[in-house]
Amino acid sequence: MKILFYILQKEFRQVFRNKPIIAIIFVVPIVQFLILPLAADFEIKNINISVIDYDKSSTSRLLINKISGSGYFKISSNENSFKKALKIIESDNADMIIEIPANFEKKLWRESNQKLLVAINSINGIKANLGGFYILNIINEFNNELQLNMKPIFQTNKGIDITTSDWFNPHLNYKIFLIPGLLAILVTMVGGFLTALNIVREKEIGTIEQINVTPIKKWQFILGKLIPFWILANVVFSNGLLLGYLIYDIFPRGNLLTLYAFIDIYLLAVLGLGLLISTFSETQQQAMFVMFFFMIVFILLGGLFTPIDSMPVWAQYFARLNPVKYVIEAIRLVMLKGSDFEDIIPQTISILLFAIVLNFLAVLNYRKRV
Amino acid sequence: MRRLLIFIKKEFKHIIRDPRVLLILFGMPVVQVLIFGFALTNEIKNSKIIVLDYAKDDLSKKLINKIEASKYFEIVSFVHSKRIILDYFRQGKIKAAVIIPEKIASDIIHDGNAKIQIITDATDVNFANSIKNFIRAIINDYQYELFSKESSKINIITEMKMLYNPQLKGAPNFVPGVMSMVMLLVCVMMTAIAIVREKEMGTMEVILTSPVSPIFVIISKVVPYFVISTIDLALILLLSVYVLDLPIQGSLFLLLAESLLFIITCLNIGILISIRTSSQQVAMLMSLVGMMMPTVFLSGFMFPIENMPYALQLLSNLVPSKWFYIIVKDIMLKGTGLEIVWKETLIIASMMLFFLIISLKTFKVRLN
Amino acid sequence: MDDIVIKTENLTKRFGDFIATNNLTIEVYRGEIFGFLGANGAGKTTAIRMLIGLLRPSSGKATVAGCDIYKEPEKIKKNIGYMSQKFSLYEDLTVLENLRFFGGIYGLKSSTIKDKSADLVEKLGMESISRKLIKELPIGWRQKVAFTVALFHNPKIVFLDEPTGGVDPIVRRQFWDMIYDAAENGTTIFVTTHYMDEAEYCNRISIMDEGIIKTLGKPSELKKNFNVDSMSDLFYLIARKKIL
Repeated sequence: MKILFYILQKEFRQVFRNKPIIAIIFVVPIVQFLILPLAADFEIKNINISVIDYDKSSTSRLLINKISGSGYFKISSNENSFKKALKIIESDNADMIIEIPANFEKKLWRESNQKLLVAINSINGIKANLGGFYILNIINEFNNELQLNMKPIFQTNKGIDITTSDWFNPHLNYKIFLIPGLLAILVTMVGGFLTALNIVREKEIGTIEQINVTPIKKWQFILGKLIPFWILANVVFSNGLLLGYLIYDIFPRGNLLTLYAFIDIYLLAVLGLGLLISTFSETQQQAMFVMFFFMIVFILLGGLFTPIDSMPVWAQYFARLNPVKYVIEAIRLVMLKGSDFEDIIPQTISILLFAIVLNFLAVLNYRKRV
Repeated sequence: MRRLLIFIKKEFKHIIRDPRVLLILFGMPVVQVLIFGFALTNEIKNSKIIVLDYAKDDLSKKLINKIEASKYFEIVSFVHSKRIILDYFRQGKIKAAVIIPEKIASDIIHDGNAKIQIITDATDVNFANSIKNFIRAIINDYQYELFSKESSKINIITEMKMLYNPQLKGAPNFVPGVMSMVMLLVCVMMTAIAIVREKEMGTMEVILTSPVSPIFVIISKVVPYFVISTIDLALILLLSVYVLDLPIQGSLFLLLAESLLFIITCLNIGILISIRTSSQQVAMLMSLVGMMMPTVFLSGFMFPIENMPYALQLLSNLVPSKWFYIIVKDIMLKGTGLEIVWKETLIIASMMLFFLIISLKTFKVRLN
Repeated sequence: MDDIVIKTENLTKRFGDFIATNNLTIEVYRGEIFGFLGANGAGKTTAIRMLIGLLRPSSGKATVAGCDIYKEPEKIKKNIGYMSQKFSLYEDLTVLENLRFFGGIYGLKSSTIKDKSADLVEKLGMESISRKLIKELPIGWRQKVAFTVALFHNPKIVFLDEPTGGVDPIVRRQFWDMIYDAAENGTTIFVTTHYMDEAEYCNRISIMDEGIIKTLGKPSELKKNFNVDSMSDLFYLIARKKIL
C-alpha cells in the first residue's frame, strides 16, 4: 500500500512537469468548444430556388410569392429553361428548381389536376429531405387556399390539425445536441490516449525495465497508472462542463452525481482500453496509430453525428460492442433530458462489463517477465 | 538515381514491416469509406415512437396502421397515460410520441377538425423537424383518404425529382470528405513523422553528411507516401464505384489530375512541418491540430459552410481541403468539368506553390 | 567469500533458431566483483535479463540470492539492484526524487530514505545537483546517480550492464572506486563491460563469445595461462576463435 503511494507520487510529479500535455488537455477543449458548435450548425436556412415559370399567370405568381415569403426559401434566379436552371444548381447557386408548366392556371381550373416539377439537389440528404418537405407543405397549403377561393362549397375546414411540442429544447438550440457528445469524446480521448501513450513511453525510454526489476506488483503498477489519469480525465470533464455552461448556458438537467458516477465507471473502461493497447505496443507511434484507428471507428459508429437507429443491422450489432455509444447515450440522456440513475441502468451495466473485461485482459497481458 | 532508389526501397521496408502502420495507411481509408458509405446516414429509418391512443376507434386504428406501415417509424409501445411518456424519453427509448385525442371522430364531424399532438425529442433539432414532417405527411395522406370522396377538388400534384443522389445516401457527401482526410493523414502526418523520425534518431545527420544531396533524402521519404496515397485514392474510388454504387459522373482523368494536385500540396505541407519540428510527437500534433481538425470542422464535408459565422467562413478559405472537397463533389457527383472548377483548382495550385516555396526557403535557412 | 550467490546450470535462451545464451554454467561468490565480459551481441545482456527476472529462460536452472529464478522471481527482485545499459532513471524527476521513489518501492522507511539520501549527497558531493532534473545532468553524473539508486536499498547483488558506456576516463575511475566500496561492504557486483581494461579490476571474469563462456577465472591466472599481457589480447584471441 505504501508502495502505491510512492508510485502515485512519482506519476503525479511527472504529469505536472509535462507542460505540453497539460497545455493540450486544457487548451484543445476550449478551442473545440468554441469552434465546433459555431461550425456545426445544421440548421437548414435559406434554401435557394431557381424558378422556371412557363405560365406567368396570377396563380403561378401567387405561388412563387408564397414560397419566397415562407422564410425557408430564397428565390435566387428566374430561368427560362430547365437546362439553364440545372447549370445554376451545378455552380451551387441554387439547391432546388421549381418548374411551373405553361397553362398551369387554365388547366387547374378546367381539369382540376395539374403537375408541377420540383427538382432538388440531394447531395446533402438532410437539406433535400427538409427542403422537400417544406416545399410540399407550402404547395399543399397553397392548394387548400386555392380550393377555398375557387370552389366555395368546400369551405369546410375539415381536417386533422397537428400540434407539436418540442420537449427538452424549447428554444430549438442546435448546439445543445453537440456539447454532451463533445464532452464524451473529450473524456474518451484523454482517458484512452494519454494512458496508452504514457505507458508505452516508459517502454520506449526503458524505465519500464527498471520497474520490472523491482519487487513492484503488477496491480500496484497498473493502479499507479490508472489513478492519475482517471483523476485527470475527471478534471478535464469538469472543465468541459464548466465551459459548456459559461459559453453556451448548457447545464446538466439531471443529477450531477449520476453524471459523474457514470463517467467515472466509463473512464475505467476507457483507461482499460488504453492499458490494453499499451501492452501490445512497443513505441508511442504504434500506440497512437492503434488508438487513433479505434477511436475513429468508435466515434463514427457511436451515434455522435448520425443516429444509430438509421444504421444497417450489422452496424447496430457492432454498436453494442462500442463503449463510446453508451457514454454518448448516457451523457445526452442525463444532461439534456434529466434522466435519473434508474433510466441509464442498461448503459451502466454495459460499461461496467467493458471495464471489467478490458482491465482484466490488460492485467493478464502485462508481464514483468517476457 | 540508383542511390535514390535504394533510399526509397529502405523507406518502403520501414513502412511495410509494421502492421500497425499498414493498419493506418490502408485499413483506415477502407474502413472509413465503408462506414461512411454504409452506416452513416441521416435518413429517418425505424425511428422509435410510442402512441397514446385515447380514442381507440376505427379512425385512430387506421391512422396507427398507416404510421406503423411506414418505414420511417417503429411503434415501440402503446401507452395509456401521459406520465409515462417522459420516462420513455428519459430512457432514450423513443424519439417522438403521438397522442390521439379521445373524441377525434366526433370532433371531426361536429367541429370540422380535431387535434393530434406530436411530442418530439427536440435535442436534435433537425431530426425532430424531419420526424414532425414525416408524421405530418402521413396524417395529411390519411386525411386525403378520408375526405377525398368529394369530387372535383383542386389538386396540384408535385412531382419531386432528386438530383444526383436519388436515394439520399449519405455517401455522396462523405466520400469526397474521406478522400481529403485520408490524403491528409498519409501525405501530411505520416510523411512529416517519417522525416522527423530520422532527425530524432540522429540518423539524419549521418545521411546529411553522406554524399547524397539533402533534397534527395527528402524526395526519398516523400516518394513512398506519394505512392501509398495514390493507392489509397484508387482504393477509395474503387470502393465508391463498386461497393457503394456511387459512380463517377464526370471525367475520371480530371478527377485523378485534381487529386494528384492535392496530394502534392499535402506532401509539401508535410515537408514544411517536418522541417520546422524536431520531435515526432510535435509533428503529429501539428498535423492533427493544424490540418486534420480544420479539415474535419471547416472543409464543409461534415458541417455546411454556409451556416457558419462569417469569421469561420473566411477561415475555411485557408483550408486546402475545403477547395478540394468542392472539386471532388462537382466532378464525381455532378459530372461537371474544368469550366466549373477552374477557380478552385487555381486556388489549390497556388497553395501548393506557396508551401513549396516556403519549404525550400526554410530548408535553405536550416542548412546554413 | 565462499557463499554462492549466483549459480547457473546450463542456462539457455533460444530465439527461434538463434541461441543467445548457450548452456551457461557459472558460480558467483558473495562479495566478489565478477566481470561478465564479451563483445557486443555476445549474449551478455540476455544472460543478465534471465538472472534478474526480465526474461524467461528456454532451459536450464539458476538460483540468485538463494532463490530459484523460475519459482521465486519476485523474491529475487527484493535482493538485487540493476543498472541497465539503456540508462533507466526518470529524466523528469530530480536526483532526490528518484532516490525517494526507488527507496520507497524497495520498502525502505521514509526516515531511512531521508537519512540515506542526505548521506549519499554529502559523500558523493552531489549538493549542487541533488535537486536538478536528471535530464539536466551530464552523462557522467547520470551514470553515478543510477549506480547510487541501484545500491540504495542495500541489495545483496547488484547487476551492472555496461555502466561506463560513453563516459570519460576520470568518471570511469570514480565509478570503479564506488564499485570497490560496495564490494567491500559485502555487496556482490555482477558487471558486464566491453572495456577490456576494466576486466583487470574484477576479482574474476568470464568471457562470452556467441553465447558460450570461453574462459573463466582470475584475470592474473588467465593471463598467465594463455600467455598474454593484457585482457585485450586475451579477448582478441577468443574473438579470433583461437580459443575454443
